[in-house]
Amino acid sequence: MSFDRIREKLNILADAAKYDVSCSSSGGTRKNDNKGLGDSHSSGICHTYTEDGRCVSLLKILLTNHCIYDCLFCVSRKSNDVKRAAFTVDEVVELTMNFYRRNYIEGLFLSSGIFKNADFTMERLLLVCKKLRLEQKYNGYIHLKTIPGASDELIKEAGLYADRMSINLEMPTEAGLKLLAPEKSHQDVIKPLAFVQQNITQFAADKKLIKHVPKFVPAGQSTQMVIGATPESDKDIMYTANAFYKNFSLKRVYYSGYVPISNDSRMPVLGTQPPLLRENRLYQTDWLMRFYGFKVQEILNDANPNLDVDIDPKLSWAIRNMQHFPVDINKADYKMILRIPGIGVMSAQKIVQARKFGKLRIDQLKKIGVAYNRAKHFITCADSPYQLRDYQGTQIKAFILAESQSKYLKTDSNQLILF
Amino acid sequence: MTYIFDGSLPGLLTAVFEWFERKPGTVSLKSIETFQPEAFSESFTVVTNSDKADRVWKGLQGKLKKDWLRKFYCAYLSEIPEAFDHLFQFTIYVFQSEKGAENNYGNAHVIALAKYAKSVEREKHRMEAFIRFQHTADGIFYTGVDPDFNVLPLISNHFKNRYADQQWIIYDLKRKYGLHYNLFTVEEITIDFAVGVNNKNPEAILLNEKEELYSVLWKDYFKSANIVARKNTKLHIRHVPKRYWKYLTEKQLS
Repeated sequence: MSFDRIREKLNILADAAKYDVSCSSSGGTRKNDNKGLGDSHSSGICHTYTEDGRCVSLLKILLTNHCIYDCLFCVSRKSNDVKRAAFTVDEVVELTMNFYRRNYIEGLFLSSGIFKNADFTMERLLLVCKKLRLEQKYNGYIHLKTIPGASDELIKEAGLYADRMSINLEMPTEAGLKLLAPEKSHQDVIKPLAFVQQNITQFAADKKLIKHVPKFVPAGQSTQMVIGATPESDKDIMYTANAFYKNFSLKRVYYSGYVPISNDSRMPVLGTQPPLLRENRLYQTDWLMRFYGFKVQEILNDANPNLDVDIDPKLSWAIRNMQHFPVDINKADYKMILRIPGIGVMSAQKIVQARKFGKLRIDQLKKIGVAYNRAKHFITCADSPYQLRDYQGTQIKAFILAESQSKYLKTDSNQLILF
Repeated sequence: MTYIFDGSLPGLLTAVFEWFERKPGTVSLKSIETFQPEAFSESFTVVTNSDKADRVWKGLQGKLKKDWLRKFYCAYLSEIPEAFDHLFQFTIYVFQSEKGAENNYGNAHVIALAKYAKSVEREKHRMEAFIRFQHTADGIFYTGVDPDFNVLPLISNHFKNRYADQQWIIYDLKRKYGLHYNLFTVEEITIDFAVGVNNKNPEAILLNEKEELYSVLWKDYFKSANIVARKNTKLHIRHVPKRYWKYLTEKQLS
């Protein structure tokens, strides 16, 4: 292969793939038992971070950026005037193997524009996976995009070689999607997601009865929504995410703040700052749902359709529900301790362990890792100072804001510049 | 009273044995390297004895589950002078308490051990992430590192399982020893480097002809994956602290 041509291709096809934010390489269970290359790491490894602070774990590329669709939010849309390129199957295999050998990456993330039709594209993606697994004895991570509209047989075969598969919802609601990509619908996404999910369940059931069942998408499925391109509320976004977590047992939903790439009047104009803070709050909510036992309805509902900008959703929930506080650290159950602002999963677990040995004091809580300045408004422990008056939620919010410095303040969109 | 030991793990465990034999009350443990004689305090030099060390280690195995044995070992690998004393006190505390005492996060030694172990595990994980092999002219994938803590024993298996079909060397330039995988086993090695290779300049000298191609492609990829509109240097540096940049192919000027 010619050196300059391969460089150019990599630049074009990596650039086009970067708006897919999925980066995780966790959940793989493949072991290197054939003395080949690669062994999965259950929690994944981020090998480096780009200058925008996002992790680089996988070689994330498109097979090609030729595409028959014209979705407004996508750089590779048919009508966009960009350079086009396509990798051959062998080029992708060689790049993956050589990057992996040097410990640059955890594996391959392969997506593609749709050229000719869905099946033709899916076949090529499948071929890359098969070459890696069967010819090169590669046991590293593979994240494969399911191409909507591809036939069930192809998708099922791909599931035998990939660790994770994903399809992007793109817009949080059907209406939003119809506005920007009239040729697509959520139904196109739901069908293959459900198909892969059925197969995962089926293989898992077989595994209970039969000893040697091949792996099928061991790291599960994920999806992605673009945030801020269409006018959905945070509630719309998180309710959709919640439904997809529930109905398809997704491992992750990613939220991608829209980076303006088009001059179309239906979208934010070029040069608009991507909604980074909003994205951050959505991820915080996602974490509260998955690891902290919150129901999405507790955080977002008709009375509060959008997340607070100045404080995180956990603190925001606590301030709205002061009737649950203060919580006695030495008595409350784990679930309630987890809901205290300033206490995370690790600290909560340590507290529950440690209090068996005696009542916990403030200095011990601090050493355990509790953010005491935040938590102190919501807890009592062995030596809590006696408090004469109860503060209102709004007052506590003011105390916490007064002593915290937000890294987002300089880009706060509510701040008007007068001159 | 101060106990002085030779800095080895068996030495540390022997010190615990000696303490239980003598029960001298409160004792602090120091390694011979950091020990400074004090005017009003006695000291006792522990002579490392592998039989005594084995007995203490067996005792610990009976008291602690696997995860805590690992934390114990990690805290030892931190090589931090205060960590030795915490390990010593922790062991005595565990032996003198009922089973399960290691979960008392209110205890200063428990929390200290957990903290040291966390730092060491973080450094181990960073090595697994930030090591960049260079394909040398003789076919070996080589890297030189200088980790904050002595983590080579912890990463050996990870690299052995992962790169089972290629020879590799990971060399700790600070502690002057390395690991060599010869396609069958991992062995400890020492190398006399030619002038110019040290922990400020860890790169290999004679490279495979394809090495340049892939390092350039990787640098290109690193640039392409960045979204300029989202630039966040502070976050970038928090994830990839500057002291690791010298290992990273993508951070070298081309």
